[in-house]
Amino acid sequence: MLQMSWLIPLFPLLSFILLLLFRKSKSESTAWIGVLLTGISLVMSVGVFLAVWQGEGIKTEGTWFQIGERAITMGFEVNPLNALMLVIVSLVSFLVHLYSKGYMHGDERFPVFFAYLGLFSFAMLGLVVSPNLLQLYMFWELVGLGSFLLIGFYYFKPEAKAAAKKAFVMTRIGDVGLFIGMVLLFWQVGSFEYDEIFASVKNGDISSGMLTLTALCIFVGAVGKSGQLPLHTWLPDAMEGPTPVSALIHAATMVAAGVYLVAAMYPLFQASEAALTVVAVVGGLTAIFAASIGLMQKDIKRVLAYSTVSQLGYMMLALGASGYVAGIFHLTTHAFFKALLFLAAGSVIHAVHTQNIEEMGGLWKKLRITGPLFLIGALAISGVPLLSGFFSKDEILASTYADGKYGLFWLAVIAAFMTAFYMFRLFFLVFTGEARGNEKGVHESPSVMTFPMIVLGVLAVVAGYLNTTWFGTFLSDYLAQGPVELPHGDHHGPAWIPLVATLAAALGIGLAYLIYQKGTLSRDWITRSFPSLAEVIYNKWYIDEGYDQTVVKGTRGLSKLGVLFDRYVVDGLVTAVTNGVQGLSKIGSRLQNGQVQSYGTAAIFGIVILLLIVALTGGYFS
Amino acid sequence: MSSVPLTAYLMLALILFCIGLFGALTKRNAVIVLISIELMLNAVNINLVAFAKYSINPGLTGQIFSLFTITVAAAEAAVGLAILIALYRNRQTVNVDEMDTMKR
Repeated sequence: MLQMSWLIPLFPLLSFILLLLFRKSKSESTAWIGVLLTGISLVMSVGVFLAVWQGEGIKTEGTWFQIGERAITMGFEVNPLNALMLVIVSLVSFLVHLYSKGYMHGDERFPVFFAYLGLFSFAMLGLVVSPNLLQLYMFWELVGLGSFLLIGFYYFKPEAKAAAKKAFVMTRIGDVGLFIGMVLLFWQVGSFEYDEIFASVKNGDISSGMLTLTALCIFVGAVGKSGQLPLHTWLPDAMEGPTPVSALIHAATMVAAGVYLVAAMYPLFQASEAALTVVAVVGGLTAIFAASIGLMQKDIKRVLAYSTVSQLGYMMLALGASGYVAGIFHLTTHAFFKALLFLAAGSVIHAVHTQNIEEMGGLWKKLRITGPLFLIGALAISGVPLLSGFFSKDEILASTYADGKYGLFWLAVIAAFMTAFYMFRLFFLVFTGEARGNEKGVHESPSVMTFPMIVLGVLAVVAGYLNTTWFGTFLSDYLAQGPVELPHGDHHGPAWIPLVATLAAALGIGLAYLIYQKGTLSRDWITRSFPSLAEVIYNKWYIDEGYDQTVVKGTRGLSKLGVLFDRYVVDGLVTAVTNGVQGLSKIGSRLQNGQVQSYGTAAIFGIVILLLIVALTGGYFS
Repeated sequence: MSSVPLTAYLMLALILFCIGLFGALTKRNAVIVLISIELMLNAVNINLVAFAKYSINPGLTGQIFSLFTITVAAAEAAVGLAILIALYRNRQTVNVDEMDTMKR
């Protein structure tokens, strides 16, 4: 099984190619090509995962080309971390393919959508099995391309076009960081291989300053891809894409690639205390910051997007606080419940044809399947005990506390409270109360859409039992087989941490209940007391505006200077040359007027000049 | 024999040739241009005759040669006039300025 694992990414690629051939097809059964091929990938991934669970692993490489002494290799590798990622990616991809069959029904470019999904899945799976940084980087960019194409799928909408461009440019900023980090590592180590990099980190071949620098550069790449604090603004805008895309790319897989990158390069980060602290602080700040914005958004998908940013912050916080297992654990559970939430949101949007939660309401009775599934997702993400989110979030909190980062610990608790609050604000506004919008034609989605949601719903409940203190720490035992040396000892903080987490979740849910369901507290209860703060949060802390004023304006100014230079200096030179040549040829063409007499005159003058020269120089004969 | 020196003949031929050249290059009327060309030819004839008489080996060769030239010039004038008439029939003009088909 393991020898065949290089085939896993190729099935979606095959689907991409086949679907491109059928791109003009009007038949919607083309979707089954994508579903079937990703299904094969899923089956193989599960097989690989089971083999790795038993302690196997494989790494095969061939030389791609040679630079002097150094061989650049290509190949594939399966270790516990990426086997887990393989399953997550191919599972969510498979379910999203299936779901899209229903969701994209009636779209004109139906096969193209599935082709793009195939391309993205190929890139993501390829990224995961890459055994070296160079190969990872190539797939990293391909993933970005897939994301760009899918966000801009509705290219006729100007917002979608702008969002696609924004996502591409913002993640590119991060990619430059990753690239610099890669180059630095190659310079220091002379190889892109993970193993060799880790070996030289272990031997202390790299000075500690350089170590921190490379780790931070690589982290910049992760920040761009995972939507962490300074570069997060593209992720909420990416919600302009179709909802299944948001579930696949902007919740479960691609944005988790940043977390995966940090996890895959973990020995490098472990070697630098400063880099870990930066990761933790950025993650913690992102978690609370994005959660605060999520409190006031009105678009159902944007709330989920900010929630994604916030949860990714949690994962980074965990990794930064030496909670390697906790980070990966949360990555896994989050992939399931956030994909579930997005698919459920897609089902709601499919039913009511709006994304504004102010225009929804009372959908619980009409969407008998979507409603409970959304509730499961909301409970899981809020960290309600016994559901998956509770265990992983608890682990993150525990490892943060155990790492001695008390400030970040309390930030994370507050973020957990906010998470519970905005998720249930969403739930109550969408599913309970009176219908505030268009009621006609609201119906449950077809079973091709509900089935993936049910699968994810089950996983959102049970995935938490992968790693619990009660039944067994399967996941951390499993990950301990990998190349990463887990931080010594388990992070089991004090027993009151789960209590605090549960309390925070309960408080958030309770508050949302009081405000949006019972109406005991009026809805503008808080906003009235702190109007200016509410204003700032509602406008997402003015981050976008800030970027507009500084970076965008700066770049615009610079490019205007460039235009001026181009227009007046470069173009001026070119025009001078053309004008010169044109003038010369004008004189030349005036000589050719078709009249023998002027030709004769010219000839006579020529002879006279020749004779004069001969006479003045003493002549040919002298 | 005579006191007129060779230079005088040559000067006459030169002046005649320049008048002819000037006429051929500047006149608008094709007939005048043709006559100017005749002038240039005759200037050459004068040169031939003068050299035949005053060169180191005087002889009749130059004079006979100029007779030939006169004959050829007559033939050339006939052909030239014929072309001119054909041209006039086609274009209703003998103005040289308007004969610029070489431009196209």
